[in-house]
Amino acid sequence: MHAEKESVLTGIHFINGDTACCEGLLAAGAKFAAGYPITPSTEVVERFAQRAPTVGGLFIQMEDELAASITLQGMVWAGQKSFTVTSGPGYSLMMEHIGYAAMTETPCVFVDVQRGGPSTGLPTLPAQGDMMQARFGSHGDYSTISLVPNSPQECFDLSVTAMNLAEKFRVPVMFMMDECVGHMTEKVVIPPAEEIEVQPRRRTSKPPDEYLAYEVGEDLVPEMAHAGEGYGLYITGLTHDKKGYPLMNPKQQRELIPRLFEKISRAADELTIVEADGVEGADVVVVSYGITSRVAMRAVHLAREKGLKVGSLRLICVWPFPEKLIRQLAPKVKALIMPELNMGQVVIELERCSGGKTNVVSLPHPGGTVHDPLVILEAIERGAQ
Amino acid sequence: MSTLIEPTALTNPVERVLRNDRIPTIWCPGCGIGTTVNSFAYALMASGADLKKTAIVSGIGCSGRVSGYVQLDSFHTTHGRAIPFATGLKLANPELTVVVYSGDGDLTSIGGNHLIHAARRNMDLLVVCVNNMIYAMTGGQAAATTPGAATSTTTPYGSFEPELNIPQLVDAAGACYVARWTAFHVKQLEKSMTEALKKKGFRFIEVLSPCPTLYGRRNGYADGLAQMKEYKELAKVKNGAPTYEVAITTGKPIIVGKFVDRDRPDYLTLMRSQLGAHYHEIAEAGVGCGDDSEGKEGCCSC
Amino acid sequence: MARGSVAVTTERCKGCGFCVEFCPTHVLALSSAFNRKGYHPPHMIEPDKCSGCNLCGMYCPDFAIFGFKTAETKPAAIPAATEAPAPSEAMEAKEV
Repeated sequence: MHAEKESVLTGIHFINGDTACCEGLLAAGAKFAAGYPITPSTEVVERFAQRAPTVGGLFIQMEDELAASITLQGMVWAGQKSFTVTSGPGYSLMMEHIGYAAMTETPCVFVDVQRGGPSTGLPTLPAQGDMMQARFGSHGDYSTISLVPNSPQECFDLSVTAMNLAEKFRVPVMFMMDECVGHMTEKVVIPPAEEIEVQPRRRTSKPPDEYLAYEVGEDLVPEMAHAGEGYGLYITGLTHDKKGYPLMNPKQQRELIPRLFEKISRAADELTIVEADGVEGADVVVVSYGITSRVAMRAVHLAREKGLKVGSLRLICVWPFPEKLIRQLAPKVKALIMPELNMGQVVIELERCSGGKTNVVSLPHPGGTVHDPLVILEAIERGAQ
Repeated sequence: MSTLIEPTALTNPVERVLRNDRIPTIWCPGCGIGTTVNSFAYALMASGADLKKTAIVSGIGCSGRVSGYVQLDSFHTTHGRAIPFATGLKLANPELTVVVYSGDGDLTSIGGNHLIHAARRNMDLLVVCVNNMIYAMTGGQAAATTPGAATSTTTPYGSFEPELNIPQLVDAAGACYVARWTAFHVKQLEKSMTEALKKKGFRFIEVLSPCPTLYGRRNGYADGLAQMKEYKELAKVKNGAPTYEVAITTGKPIIVGKFVDRDRPDYLTLMRSQLGAHYHEIAEAGVGCGDDSEGKEGCCSC
Repeated sequence: MARGSVAVTTERCKGCGFCVEFCPTHVLALSSAFNRKGYHPPHMIEPDKCSGCNLCGMYCPDFAIFGFKTAETKPAAIPAATEAPAPSEAMEAKEV
């Protein structure tokens, strides 16, 4: 299915990442969204508030993030694609509803334009400190998808992907931007609607008397019906059976929760979304994501000028973590270097997947600005020895 | 004589709108929540609402289980967030009749902010708040609605926090329909719910309900029936009573009735009127650019 | 002559006594018999006084009783009552 023409602002634009993200979500078919203002994410919803009514949708500014993160799920169950946008403190407040979306298998996108934390931290400055929260933030155990863009162009392209993956796997997808990417203004090319592939809602074709809300097929993803369609849905955050009815016992928990993981894990290859540059034959590979990857690239170029064999591996989909890829790569290199705008989060997973087969170097940074490329260069030089 | 009457070939009329495979309910003997559901079931049938286009949303708690016993599109959401979920449903599909059915702790305490703002927006929702004056599902802790010096598991020496007057709160926030009944007032409640179902805008009905296990037991009521009898004894119908006069005080008359019934434009009506031509109609005008050469290279300073 | 009657799904009854207390013509009493869960369901002690007003049905929190006018008994359109469902196998747990 292609994007709807009226939602797509085809052309070449000079816009920031927040704006591009809004355009991407519109192109992906989201006409409804709920939000609450928080720096540095506000431009996304400001833009959406302007654009949505023109395509028959709306934006509602809720009283807080708790409300926004569940209002959007009401919108989804009423038959629309929807998302919300926030930053660190608001993202923390949304955690319970990420779990609710995972449990009820509500397809939606949570955009987090990361800023320095914890707490109020650095509201106007970048960080990548919410990466583990994106994976594990809600209570209980669940699996979701997290995508990390590193440019305004990618804020557009990848937010379309985010919404598509949400619909395909019926999960909340985390779109993990940061202040730098959100406020950076660059050229963004928005293609014609017919060139934008959009995943439609996976609606059931069964009549109400044959439909079971959580009956799954081969890919373990149930098909959806909406409120008002005569299906008499029963949707609950409690552990539930195929009908959606609460069934709270260890047996049902075992039936439900591992499936929520498996529907993602069995698509691991599809969800290994990376950008590799000179990784083959490299002595050292810098593994990075988001804004940090742009700084890392500078360091990689400097190292190459010095004759070092350095590769860059940019994680575009951080969760699920590209485990297979790292397991294959680790034994082939002297070092994997991971700069992050946090005190070392995703590097924990990198180290786990490296399995002791290489030297994993963490380059933590508390955020507020980006790394000095020379710090990464120095780590590359040490790693190459 | 002690012959039991066996089920006959007749069915209870409320079963037409109940999920009969979910009954018996989880509610305790003498709990009044199920009683309120009867009034709701009859109101649903009387209102003429298209049941296929009616959704019921609950939060968490004993009353939060109501959504799961009614044969509508049922959404059992998170604690306190039934109203924002319902808001999303309504906005994304205005054809839906959306009812929020939940408890006092859920709607007025953890979800209190959403209650205020949905009333302020005049969101087109019917909210039924079953007030049992206690956090029952979790074992009888004090609520914002626990009256007087009532004893609860977290107020073992008696509560000393003043209780919330819910009708006054939603009235002040702008609700267009506010009523209070008790589980004793089954007919009045049914009529009120029917009336409210037919009305547009933010409608709020508080229903006092006995909780024999976790409220009554600690506060001098032998069983649910004792609380029901007290409602009968203490309730005083005062339609149109100023909501600042309807706070519940132990031992004093319980003021019930329809307190507020006014008309003002609901959220979507206001939105459409404010947006005017910006809504939908100019969908093809290349918005966001302010440049008529839309879609072409260099079109945009947005 | 009774103008109405009541029907009780005994296994749904939890013995709260609402129907007995609020029956306007005092038709009902809790019986001495037990249902499977050990509650005493109601029965009619003054069947002649029943008006079929269904106030018992309105009060019953467990959907276990309802009243009907005898003139309207067993219209063909109303489907047959199902057996009282067995207790749910769900292990209901406390939330929050």
